[in-house]
Amino acid sequence: MLVLLPVLALGLFALRGSPGLWAHLVSNVLPVAARQTVILLLGVGFIVATLGTVTAWLVAACDFPGRRIFGWALLLPLAVPTYIVAYAYLDLLHPVGPVQGAIRGWLGYASPREFRLPDIRSMPGCILLLGLVLYPYVYLPVRALFAMQAGNLLDAGRTLGAGPVATFLRVAIPLARPAVAIGTALALMEAMNDIGAAEFLGVRTLTVSVYSTWINRSDLPGAAQIALAMLAITMALVMLERRGRKRQRYAAGAQPLRRMRLRGWRAWGATLVCALPVAFGFAAPAWYLVGAAWARYRFAGLSPRILEEAGNTAFFAALATLVALLLGLVVTGAARMRPGRLTQTMARLSTLGYAVPGTILAIGLLPVIALADRQIAAASQALLGVGPGLLLLGSGAALIYAYVARFLAIATGGIEAGLSRVPRSLDHVARTLGRSPGQVFREVHVPISRPALAASGLLIFVDCVKELPATLLLRPLNFETLSTHLYGEAARGTYEDAAIAALIIVAIGILPVMVLARTIRR
Amino acid sequence: MRVGLSGLIGAVLAAQAVAASAQELNLYTTREPNLIEPLLASFSESTGVKVNTIFLKDGLAERVEQEGEASPADVLMTVDIGNLVDLVDRGLTQPVESEALAAAIPENLRDKDGNWFALSQRARVLYADKDLDLASFTYEDLAKPEWQGKVCIRSGQHPYNVALTASYIVHHGEEAAKTWLEGVKANLARTAGGGDRDVARDIMGGICEIGIANSYYVGLMRSGAGGPEQEEWVKAIKVVLPTFEGGGTQVNVSGAAVAKHAPNKDQAVQLLEYLVSDEAQKIYAEANFEYPVKPGVAVSPVIEDIADLNADGTDLTEIARQRKAASELAEAVGFDN
Repeated sequence: MLVLLPVLALGLFALRGSPGLWAHLVSNVLPVAARQTVILLLGVGFIVATLGTVTAWLVAACDFPGRRIFGWALLLPLAVPTYIVAYAYLDLLHPVGPVQGAIRGWLGYASPREFRLPDIRSMPGCILLLGLVLYPYVYLPVRALFAMQAGNLLDAGRTLGAGPVATFLRVAIPLARPAVAIGTALALMEAMNDIGAAEFLGVRTLTVSVYSTWINRSDLPGAAQIALAMLAITMALVMLERRGRKRQRYAAGAQPLRRMRLRGWRAWGATLVCALPVAFGFAAPAWYLVGAAWARYRFAGLSPRILEEAGNTAFFAALATLVALLLGLVVTGAARMRPGRLTQTMARLSTLGYAVPGTILAIGLLPVIALADRQIAAASQALLGVGPGLLLLGSGAALIYAYVARFLAIATGGIEAGLSRVPRSLDHVARTLGRSPGQVFREVHVPISRPALAASGLLIFVDCVKELPATLLLRPLNFETLSTHLYGEAARGTYEDAAIAALIIVAIGILPVMVLARTIRR
Repeated sequence: MRVGLSGLIGAVLAAQAVAASAQELNLYTTREPNLIEPLLASFSESTGVKVNTIFLKDGLAERVEQEGEASPADVLMTVDIGNLVDLVDRGLTQPVESEALAAAIPENLRDKDGNWFALSQRARVLYADKDLDLASFTYEDLAKPEWQGKVCIRSGQHPYNVALTASYIVHHGEEAAKTWLEGVKANLARTAGGGDRDVARDIMGGICEIGIANSYYVGLMRSGAGGPEQEEWVKAIKVVLPTFEGGGTQVNVSGAAVAKHAPNKDQAVQLLEYLVSDEAQKIYAEANFEYPVKPGVAVSPVIEDIADLNADGTDLTEIARQRKAASELAEAVGFDN
């Protein structure tokens, strides 16, 4: 219900549109937007699937210099929101920026008029940046699969005489396919929902079109119509993810993997392959941010408000994470304990929020929350004679709702994946021993899926910290988070003022990545 | 955790206090917080009225509409005439009668029924490579083939560019505007996008030679408020005030309205009146490098060279009305693709 309401509201908005509008959209907007979206998704999908699988395989199955560090360092790009990466790279790679300046100095050119590189503001630039930041969505599940489940099969492959490359191609890849599908689907949903980076780099995806239809023409019905059309694409992605998961059969008690020691050029090649995504997906933008933030600090000092904003950000993200995990447990638990059409459908619908672009979800949520608020205000006026104002919007409760509705999918998905590792026979045994379904859930399922819970929780937390559109629209008066601060500055064109806030967002993002790294090492 | 919790409780209490206290006022704004803070601080100091703000870049109208009668919003402030008129059209504002406002703001910069008031003006000007020999320039020139591959501009869907196209429609009609947009699109040196300051930086970087951007960014860059790099960017360009053929330079406004259900209407009017006082108009000019709406208030010396503004006389509501057509044209010619 929670997640369904805003989608229903969208449907109502969409119905209010005039028919002429749709004709304009179909002839002028949708073809280009759909083409750009498809190109973007294909490109990003290719990069994240390749990068994620190869690095996961290297770290899980091989030994080479730096392997232990890369094990967690490969997760670091998760900490950097795509819009921040886009800002950072535009500055770094601009003709008047440091990189091209150095290249010109090296080649002996005096001015950018004589020599410059192609502009990063393009589709290839956007694909590359999103791919470099989103590949951990693939790396994470694939690595977990290799590390925990694939041991005996890979050993068997090697016993039969296959070298590292052959084992990878013939055994590992087919084995990893479901996990790759899951990760790629998640990464693509992120890519499709992205508005900051795509808009900034001049790529007009469907999401960007939804946004400009709504904002620049005050045409909410039109925006809602495109958004609902987008749901179709996303549902396809969700189904891809589901199919991947269905085929994923875990054999409990599989042997841990014995790593192959790589030597010579192979070893260093592996190091290089793992180092590149870390360097470009994390180190370069982070290094840039540190520099920009330091320059800003020396120029203007530290605003005292930034601490308050960091506190707001962390608190609301943590609270929303907690709520989302609890709800995720309830939904997946119900689907497992009482498998039936109703619970299955519920579990599936709860992932809808993730499929709707953040902007659009926020717009759908607004009438739902405002209606509740008006009812509360009227009831309180009637009963107590005091108007509390708008309780949900005024207190920030609306934000928690928005975050949970948006990221519940991560919780249900993660917990389901964790539970799927628990053989049903274990449930039956527990039931035979006289445990109630609820007890089985508490005593068997929750403990076993704790790593999955931790991993999903951390992803949700980081996503909440980065979340922008719903935060902007649904927050109370005098309330800023790091991302709204950042956006305010970026909207003004003063990116440099935002460097410190951006750096803190990245730093907050790193902490969960560390914990995540520890979880998967176990 | 504790900081956050007290923050939450604080927010709840604040929300309730807002309803009770009379010496406060709630401002919903699409204007970036840092730009109006000096004005609000000065207002609070001189009147003792506390201003609570929320920056709603997009969705201001939706939020106020949905909050309905219980909305705490008193003043609604936007940076674009289209959004301002949109608020009025949706019935989210109320008329205000104020001698002070009527006296300070010229008639063409406020609603005749008192629903909205312009507070500051900005011009859409030409940034050009400083070595370029350009005495005069018209917006129509932007589409001339001689500029092929030499023009930088932000998204055709950005409100500033939508307003420019809308003005073009008012001047020359929709067909001509379409041809013009196609011409400009053909002249682009890179995908339309980014911000106005990027035009200056891209000119410095040799990506393009001319571009259209807002006047006050020149002041912001020159002032050094954005850091030393931006002072370099602005040195690479010169500013020309373009005009429409047979017209003037296109201007847009930031403006405000009193919300329909404003719980603190008196304070709301008080704020508007303050914002057009000599003192506040001077802050607009000096802190934001905008053109004051009040006749007689000087622009900042930092942008003195572009002070001789011959603003286009087109009625602002007329431009606002063409906004939708302008946005659709940008899509029809694939301006941003």
